[in-house]
Amino acid sequence: MADNKKNDDLDYETTGHSWDGIQEYNKPLPKWWLWTFYICIVWGIGYTIAYPAWPGIKDSTAGLLGFSTRGDVAAEIAAQEAKLGPINEKLAAAELTEIAADADLQGYALNAGAAVFRTWCAQCHGSGAAGAKGYPNLLDDDWLWGGSIEDIHTTITHGIRNADDDEARFSQMPAFGKDELLDAGQIDAVVNYVMSLSGDPVDAAKVADGQVVYADNCAACHAEDGTGDIFQGAPNLTDAIWLYGGDYDTLHETVTNARFGVMPNWNSRLSEAEIRAVASYVHSLGGGE
Amino acid sequence: MALINKHAILERNVTLLAIFAFLVVTIGGLVQIVPLFYLDNTIEEVEGMRPYTPLELAGRDIYIREGCYVCHSQMVRPMRDEVERYGHYSLAAESMYDHPFQWGSKRTGPDLARVGGRYSDEWHVDHLRNPQSVVPESVMPKYGFLENHLIDGKYIQDVMSTHKLVGVPYSDEMIENGQMDFMAQADPDSDYDGLIERYGEKVNVRNFDGRPGVSEADALIAYLQMLGTLVDFSTFTPDANR
Repeated sequence: MADNKKNDDLDYETTGHSWDGIQEYNKPLPKWWLWTFYICIVWGIGYTIAYPAWPGIKDSTAGLLGFSTRGDVAAEIAAQEAKLGPINEKLAAAELTEIAADADLQGYALNAGAAVFRTWCAQCHGSGAAGAKGYPNLLDDDWLWGGSIEDIHTTITHGIRNADDDEARFSQMPAFGKDELLDAGQIDAVVNYVMSLSGDPVDAAKVADGQVVYADNCAACHAEDGTGDIFQGAPNLTDAIWLYGGDYDTLHETVTNARFGVMPNWNSRLSEAEIRAVASYVHSLGGGE
Repeated sequence: MALINKHAILERNVTLLAIFAFLVVTIGGLVQIVPLFYLDNTIEEVEGMRPYTPLELAGRDIYIREGCYVCHSQMVRPMRDEVERYGHYSLAAESMYDHPFQWGSKRTGPDLARVGGRYSDEWHVDHLRNPQSVVPESVMPKYGFLENHLIDGKYIQDVMSTHKLVGVPYSDEMIENGQMDFMAQADPDSDYDGLIERYGEKVNVRNFDGRPGVSEADALIAYLQMLGTLVDFSTFTPDANR
């Protein structure tokens, strides 16, 4: 550089350090930087006074502002509850069948219910409620345990076939093949008969045999005409709507090993108002009775 | 200012400088860490926490082996949105038997701290086999191979002893019966009274994957179905000063 010469200019102040005859210039930090640094230290001390910080013998200092993370979240939740409290109380106290008649309440229930559904229900029933194999579609009017708002409310509250709620809806299809209640020929025949109920192409020769097997073993729950029984959660077999699949292989598997779909009880996780909201939402999806 | 001018001594002696630097860092570290071991408000005792059952412990090891923690956290933070989505915020005590803790630092998938009981076992089987079959928008890989790996808990007693070494209160009886409890938890037809007696009424005894034998999926689902369910929050009163 052109003014390298300046380095030899001993007019600069030095720190007084001398290392093997080499001296060190004293070039202080810029004032703005230094002051920012000092202010940060002061602010830091203030912070430890205002907020919980210094450890003592048993406790740490609580801080002048009295802040606590737990207090903060509790206050936030309380504020939200205060805001929604009146309408939640109204929803929890309303007659289930009359929620739809009150436009304000219904509007709230549907929106809150949609939020609850996406948080807690979508993982099984799908974010659009169309279900998946083994998880019922909630958009259609085919209901396993009933599609009135009371039925939906009961199902959500207590769940299905779970061990956590004594009032959970419960029924159990026998594993006809695994427990050797039917032999292979009988299963083959009854599967063909069940397929014929919904008009699926089948081996016509086996249908008559299958009908006998059906009448003896299946009709008690699925009804003689195959339309099922919502009081036992026995699916309607005539409507070509299948939870696990209506092809031969899947039905064969169902009859052989049975199915045991489980839904958790939501009364331990959701408030009554939330359950009613999501029941209203599900009821509104298209199939509500 | 006489002392401050002595810095040349340190600066000219590299060994002395290293010793003093180490001392300063040690003091700084101790001041930050030591209070956490004795302050009342950093040690919260809650009812319900128990050491993991042998099967859950094996499931936890699979959880770690498969790197679940890379995408899933186990830490419900104390904020309203998290509490509404996942349940009560996590307590430090809920990780007390975790070595190492599984808090995680990234949520590609949802938090799992309270996933226990939220879904059915069948859902977990379907979801591990093919996550997109139940959650079409999921980016989680498939873990169907877990059901095909049968395990026998051959080393579980050693694993329990190791956990005991780092402070998990496994009793000698628990360790002695480790392998038996391991097999019993996944078989509801077995004699699992001992397991219940040792680990409490709330232990889930089921054939988690619905298939014969104890598979890695059984262990992992047993672990997941327990997560966040040990503390009964209906009887828990939070102390605000924590």
